[in-house]
Amino acid sequence: MSTATASGAPAIAAGEVTKRFGRRDALRGVSFEADPGEVVAVIGPNGAGKTTLLSILAGIQPPTSGTVSRGPREVGWVPQSPAVYTKLSVAENLRLFARLEKVADPDAAVAAMLEQTGLAERADDELGTLSGGNRQRVNIAVGLLADPPVLLLDEPSSSLDPRQRERLWEFIGALAARGTAVVFSTHNVGEADRYADRVLVLADGEALFTGSPTDLEARVGGDPRDFEAAFVRFLHERGH
Amino acid sequence: MRWLLLKDLQILRRSPFLVAVLIAYPLIISVLIGLSLSRGPDKPKVAVVNELAPGATGFTVAGQRLDVSRYARELFKSVDPVYVDTRKEAIAKVRDGEVLGALIVPADATKQLQDAINLSGGKGPTLEILYNVDDPLRTQIAESTIKSRLADANKALSDKLTQLAGRYLQVLLKGGDFSLLGQKFDVLGLERSKAVLESTVRSLPPGSAKAREIQRVIDFNELAIENLGLSKNVLTAVGQPLNVKRTVVAGHRTPLDAFAVAVSVTISLMFVTVLLASGMLALEHEEHAFGRLVRGLVSRLGLLGEKVALAAACAVPATLVMLCGIGIFVHLDWGRFALWLAALAGGAIGFGALGVAVGALARDVRAASLLAFLLTLPIAFLALVPAGTVAHTLYDVIRAVSALFPFRPALQAVDAALNRSSPSLPQTLAHLGVLAAAYLALARVALARSR
Repeated sequence: MSTATASGAPAIAAGEVTKRFGRRDALRGVSFEADPGEVVAVIGPNGAGKTTLLSILAGIQPPTSGTVSRGPREVGWVPQSPAVYTKLSVAENLRLFARLEKVADPDAAVAAMLEQTGLAERADDELGTLSGGNRQRVNIAVGLLADPPVLLLDEPSSSLDPRQRERLWEFIGALAARGTAVVFSTHNVGEADRYADRVLVLADGEALFTGSPTDLEARVGGDPRDFEAAFVRFLHERGH
Repeated sequence: MRWLLLKDLQILRRSPFLVAVLIAYPLIISVLIGLSLSRGPDKPKVAVVNELAPGATGFTVAGQRLDVSRYARELFKSVDPVYVDTRKEAIAKVRDGEVLGALIVPADATKQLQDAINLSGGKGPTLEILYNVDDPLRTQIAESTIKSRLADANKALSDKLTQLAGRYLQVLLKGGDFSLLGQKFDVLGLERSKAVLESTVRSLPPGSAKAREIQRVIDFNELAIENLGLSKNVLTAVGQPLNVKRTVVAGHRTPLDAFAVAVSVTISLMFVTVLLASGMLALEHEEHAFGRLVRGLVSRLGLLGEKVALAAACAVPATLVMLCGIGIFVHLDWGRFALWLAALAGGAIGFGALGVAVGALARDVRAASLLAFLLTLPIAFLALVPAGTVAHTLYDVIRAVSALFPFRPALQAVDAALNRSSPSLPQTLAHLGVLAAAYLALARVALARSR
């Protein structure tokens, strides 16, 4: 799925990022890159630092040390819980965030997002009346309003049913095909295997592996059809 | 910030219950306060058992007949008398709560009064008051109302007796007509008797024993005249031994009803502003939008400022409506309207800053509302504790604590705007400005850890 730019520069890069909360290290010198059009999954056990890494890349919190190549306004952010207003309609939510993002033509951006997410017919419905899947689509649409080169998604499919999940990944695939770098965190390693070009394995705030799912399976050996088993064995071998 | 403000107003518009409360609350409160301040309290009902025989309400002093019932009117000026025939009936009415208390005038009240005045023994009549002590508040009202009216009745009677005694002494001094038991007497008086004695002395041989004796009587007469001349002043002093001169040494004197208006407006301003600011900031967390907003779309301080502005934009018009509503019933100086607005705006900014600090700490609408109530109500009560009602050190502590919260300076600002009281409006607005900056800083620190 990766479509590297002519200059070969990554869409986003993190260098030696650390984050300390009091005496606890949430991230320990994590470095990684995502190329334009590449889909990268950040996986790891609970408390590994996945959400912390994504929130630092999104500019929600600063790292204790290390660098991030892009500013927050250049990155689309889709938090795990829909960060939209339930008392506003779909169109009002999109228009509000388009204005806050200082998009040149907010109305055109809203129309484009309604079209892209297939929610044009529900444009005037209050968010509170929409299903969880549709709310998540609006949540993603808000992240894409400024047409960012990088989209960060925190557990995007966690509240969706299988059919909604399938449609979400189709949507993300189409984005990547258009050259948007997509970085998402997930607990569902099956999704990482199916939809990611590359996985970043985090454990206890440390980056243990980065490469394709196939590379990870090859690293631990065993049944190449069972990525989840390979992932668990990998963590076990690394003492996690 | 403009778009966020519009968004919040849109959200408020779609919360009809909240908006209804916001509009209805100040209107209802203003009408209630206006009515309660513009109308005097209803007279409390007091049962009266008059055991005096019909026609036995008069007695005679210095030849003049006084009617006790005339002075009893003082007693009933601020109570609604419910006349009953027997003590038993009065007790039943007090017990049932039909009346606040009962007053029993004994059958021999007039006679006892006459005896006391004639110095023929006795201490004057004793009126009996019956209370129901089940409800301490009712007991206190009954006691203070009846006691204060009894004091007024005593004073009216005492004034009349003093006046009569004064007239009697004047007759002794100057002479004139005096009636007793229906008979008229011509009293010579000390001054006239002195003149008679002096003329008699002049007709006697100078230095005679008779003349010397009469001269002694004249000297005594003169002494009596001089001292009786002072008797009126002495009687007045006995009737009213203490005089009170009131001098204001600090603060502007604010009528109680005008101060009550300032208190009610400030309390309303506090509730609307603190609850809105804290609730709307907490809502950003509850809707998970906070993280999305502060990643470059709006600064944390900008977001806090927007919530303060929103709360002030809603609370100031609401409390202004309330003030105008009260103005229908209570006299307010409409020429100071611009100052009212300044005081309300200053108060709203102070309360708004406190509200966002609460919202930033609570991060949840329900917790924020609860915290706002828990924090503001006691502070408002503390700020209303008057000096001298608690120990000096405790009052200093209360004053210091009150100064850390916006209620007291906001109340002072509204009072200064409405009633020209001190401290002045600029002083109180400066105080509110300092507090607003401090609470915004606290909220900013609390938000630093929010995502």
